[in-house]
Amino acid sequence: MLSLPLNRSGALGLITVGIVMVTAVLAPFLSAYGPVDSDLVRSLQAPSRTHWFGTDQLGRDLFTRILYGARVSLAIGLVTVGIAGAIGLILGVISGYLGGVVDVILMRLVDVQLSFPFILLALVVNAILGIGLQNIIITLIITGWVVYARLVRGEVLALKALDYVEAARALGAPAARIIRHHLLPNLWTPIIILSSLQVAQFIVAEAAISFLGFGVQPPMASWGNMLNEGKTYIYNAWWMTTFPGLALVLTALGVNLIGDWLRDTLDPRLTT
Amino acid sequence: MAQFVARRLLEAVVVVFLALTAVFCLQFLAGDPVKLFLPTDTTPKQIEEYRTRLGFNDPLVVQYVRFMRGALRGDFGNSLRQQQEPALRLVLDRFPATLSLSAVAMLLALGTAIPIGVISAARRNSWFDHLGIGTTVLGQAIPGFWLGLMLIYVFAVWLRWLPTSGRGTWLHYIMPAVTLAAFVSARFARFTRSMMLDVLGQDYIRTARAKGLAPPRVLYKHALKNASLPIVTLLALQLGQLLGGAVITETIFAWPGVGRFLVQALLNRDFPVVLVGVFLTAVMYSGLNLAADLAYAWLNPRIRYA
Repeated sequence: MLSLPLNRSGALGLITVGIVMVTAVLAPFLSAYGPVDSDLVRSLQAPSRTHWFGTDQLGRDLFTRILYGARVSLAIGLVTVGIAGAIGLILGVISGYLGGVVDVILMRLVDVQLSFPFILLALVVNAILGIGLQNIIITLIITGWVVYARLVRGEVLALKALDYVEAARALGAPAARIIRHHLLPNLWTPIIILSSLQVAQFIVAEAAISFLGFGVQPPMASWGNMLNEGKTYIYNAWWMTTFPGLALVLTALGVNLIGDWLRDTLDPRLTT
Repeated sequence: MAQFVARRLLEAVVVVFLALTAVFCLQFLAGDPVKLFLPTDTTPKQIEEYRTRLGFNDPLVVQYVRFMRGALRGDFGNSLRQQQEPALRLVLDRFPATLSLSAVAMLLALGTAIPIGVISAARRNSWFDHLGIGTTVLGQAIPGFWLGLMLIYVFAVWLRWLPTSGRGTWLHYIMPAVTLAAFVSARFARFTRSMMLDVLGQDYIRTARAKGLAPPRVLYKHALKNASLPIVTLLALQLGQLLGGAVITETIFAWPGVGRFLVQALLNRDFPVVLVGVFLTAVMYSGLNLAADLAYAWLNPRIRYA
């Protein structure tokens, strides 16, 4: 990974995401306030030297809440991509390698899920599972694994037909060995590329779901539910909708730039 | 061809059927649907009466068969919130609002994206190209709900030019349509650009140029026509995405469409309405996928489906 040539979009993306990560981790040291410290006397204050991004309707410091919101966004993005990716990888390899009935059933499942717009499906699943941080993670895993399964299955089907895999099979290598030594090493590149784009999609999906009133609930800070609260005060507190949204856009942009860079450098055949 | 259409239709039916089954099962994962929507001070006796009346006391298999039979006849039961009103009618009543918004948004997206994509490709690496690419990258990173909020702030709160919510005049369409179009438009522009770049590198384009055709004619008649095939496919798929985007856009702008209604039904745990929404979405989405495949086959006679 370290030897990848860095281009401009990659550098820009890495810097942006790096800053978001560092500020999220160092949140308690960067701000004098706590994320849920309310101070009703100072509610709805415009950005100032004491409150850089202003305060919300309960007098909580928005800058602090955005830093803590970054923790939620990044954690959700990375955890869900990790788990959804692992599930998709396993099922995709099984589906592609074994074929037959297993393949038909799994791919039908994938078809069903893909017959809904992603955000709508996530919304319905989350509404049914119930609100909360844990449930939004489960929601995104349930809705997110299919993309991986389909990608991996396709790759496995292509790899299986290659001479060296056929040769290994002809020599009597067990399936586990073929998968580990011949398939997996070739699967990492597409998975890494897809994951980098999925992280951004999951972060935005979490924000959208929390924005609609499902997902992460107040008082816990999430960029989505902060925007939802800000919507109510859009006539008298522009900062409540502007800053959490900017944080979201910058993060999504940074992750997407990293994704573009990885795709361009790891797999020059692909273009969009 | 007929065989291909029949097979794809059958597949679409299976997908819709499975989607319905999945949602039917999911509503029981959430716990007792009756308890969830009745007020907390309801007595156990009242809850029991309600359960019996709505048929939640029957065995699951019976409930499932009843549900599927009803669905086949287009009967999904009455809304739990607005009694006496069939859920299907409630949702269908809101369909025209969603369709008109989606249509305006799609026209807007295509009207901006295709010229941007074509010009960016024709003048590769010019300032227009860089600006276009930059805008589309940004357009894809800006979530619709934030774009909507910012538009409301600028054009309704600050400038006071546009109404924030509802549906009445054409002015009401501007902000929701722009919000809905933004993401689709960004994707279309990027896609059109890369398709055009592909085509512009072909021999027949060089021939057309060599024989002295006017550049615009080469661009639109020879290049765009050949690049349009994948663009049409993307169009059908993106129409489906608009349905998803409508959920958020309609909520922000209080647009009286299906999306907003569905969000409210989810918040109220009005399951019959949710089921109808999911069913209709699955039908439309599968239909659009099918349309994309058919359009592809129709536009490109080289493709043969066995």
